[in-house]
Amino acid sequence: MVTQAFAQEAETPTEQNLDAAIDATRGEPVEGAVGHDPTADTHATTEAHGGEHDSGVFPPFDPATFPSQLLWLAITFGALYLLMSKLALPRIGGILENRKHIIDADLAAADASRQKTDAAIAAYETALAEAKSKAQGIADQNRETIQADLAAKRSAVEADLGAKLSAAEARIASTKAEAMTHVDEIATETAQTVVTQLVGDVSTDSVRAAVAKAKE
Amino acid sequence: MAGTDPIHQFVISDIVELFTIGGDGTEGSGLTFSFTNSGLFMVVSVVLTTTFLLFASRNRKLVPDRWQLAGEMSYTFIANMLRSSAGSEGMRFFPFVFSMFAFVLVGNMLGMFPYFFTYTSHIIVTFGLAMTVILVVTIYGFARHGLKFFKLFAPSGVPAYVLPIVIPIEIVSFLSRPISLSVRLFGNVLAGHITLKVFTGFVVSLGALGALGWLGALLPMIMAVAITALEVLVSAVQAYVFAVLTSMYLNDAVHPSH
Repeated sequence: MVTQAFAQEAETPTEQNLDAAIDATRGEPVEGAVGHDPTADTHATTEAHGGEHDSGVFPPFDPATFPSQLLWLAITFGALYLLMSKLALPRIGGILENRKHIIDADLAAADASRQKTDAAIAAYETALAEAKSKAQGIADQNRETIQADLAAKRSAVEADLGAKLSAAEARIASTKAEAMTHVDEIATETAQTVVTQLVGDVSTDSVRAAVAKAKE
Repeated sequence: MAGTDPIHQFVISDIVELFTIGGDGTEGSGLTFSFTNSGLFMVVSVVLTTTFLLFASRNRKLVPDRWQLAGEMSYTFIANMLRSSAGSEGMRFFPFVFSMFAFVLVGNMLGMFPYFFTYTSHIIVTFGLAMTVILVVTIYGFARHGLKFFKLFAPSGVPAYVLPIVIPIEIVSFLSRPISLSVRLFGNVLAGHITLKVFTGFVVSLGALGALGWLGALLPMIMAVAITALEVLVSAVQAYVFAVLTSMYLNDAVHPSH
């Protein structure tokens, strides 16, 4: 577009164009032909682009755009800051905070339940241990009574047997003693008979004395 | 000619001319304020950001849907970043840093659409944003800490005999912050857009040459696609860098003695 404008001006180097170029440069003297004036070019380009700040400098460094950009930067950034700080961020922050509260509460409830369970388990275990020790005691007691009973019965039987044994022994001894006295008489009689058959009569007393002597 | 001119995309055009301050009434004198294509896209950016966040949080669900998750993620992303660099005291600036990030990110991303204007490609816009950050840091720093804010220039733990060297360095680094902050964003966006336009311009110019030109246009076409992907990345990264640096400078305002 610059070239078009340039070409147009170059084709018709009229007095009017010269005036326009001088106007554009705000009264600064123009040397040579109109087409060679860079400011005139720029002016024409600006018109061709329709409201663009194309003054020939690199657009980001064009100071003519600075006021508008700063104005809108202030307006938009201020608006964004207000919207964020008053509306959007508190809303999201509230959601996150709420979730954190609920999770914390749930965790606390879970912890409480766990502690309750632990307590129940501990109570059960103590009850179990108590029951066990009680059962042990009862078993011990039973065993002791049975043993005592058994021991008493056994000692009674033993005593009974002992008595019977000693009685029997006494009877045996008396029978034996009795038998022994009979042995003496038999021996005396036998000896007397034998001696009578061999040598004649002999007194019973002397035979008995001899038997007693032989027995010793 | 404007079709392949890599500079034309940065031209500001007036939509409505609003008012002029000062000047002598002639064309070009005084400060002319207009509603331009740049201002239009700033408005679009604000509307988009606000609409997205309000739409995302419309149901306030306990278990978020996709939109709400996206909104919550952007919230927690910036919140965590600010908390890690400026501490919990710095969280009072959360709406400010979030707005900064959103404004730059959405501006960059809008610029990736063909025929859209990229307001972050103008140094005056990025400088305005950077100066806002620095002014907030400085004003809050003095309001909060008074003259102790000057401790910023004398890091604690530095031996006294080094201070004459360190203090000027710190002052220069503080003063250069708005420039580095604004030029970094401006330069990245501007360079990317020019490169993209140059390569796509090659495609058009070579394509006009006929069959052989079509073949030759293939290479810049591939480059243009690759650079587009790279520019999307740069758009996001530069917005993040801007927000991170904002957080770190705000950290100086909150804790000036490092």
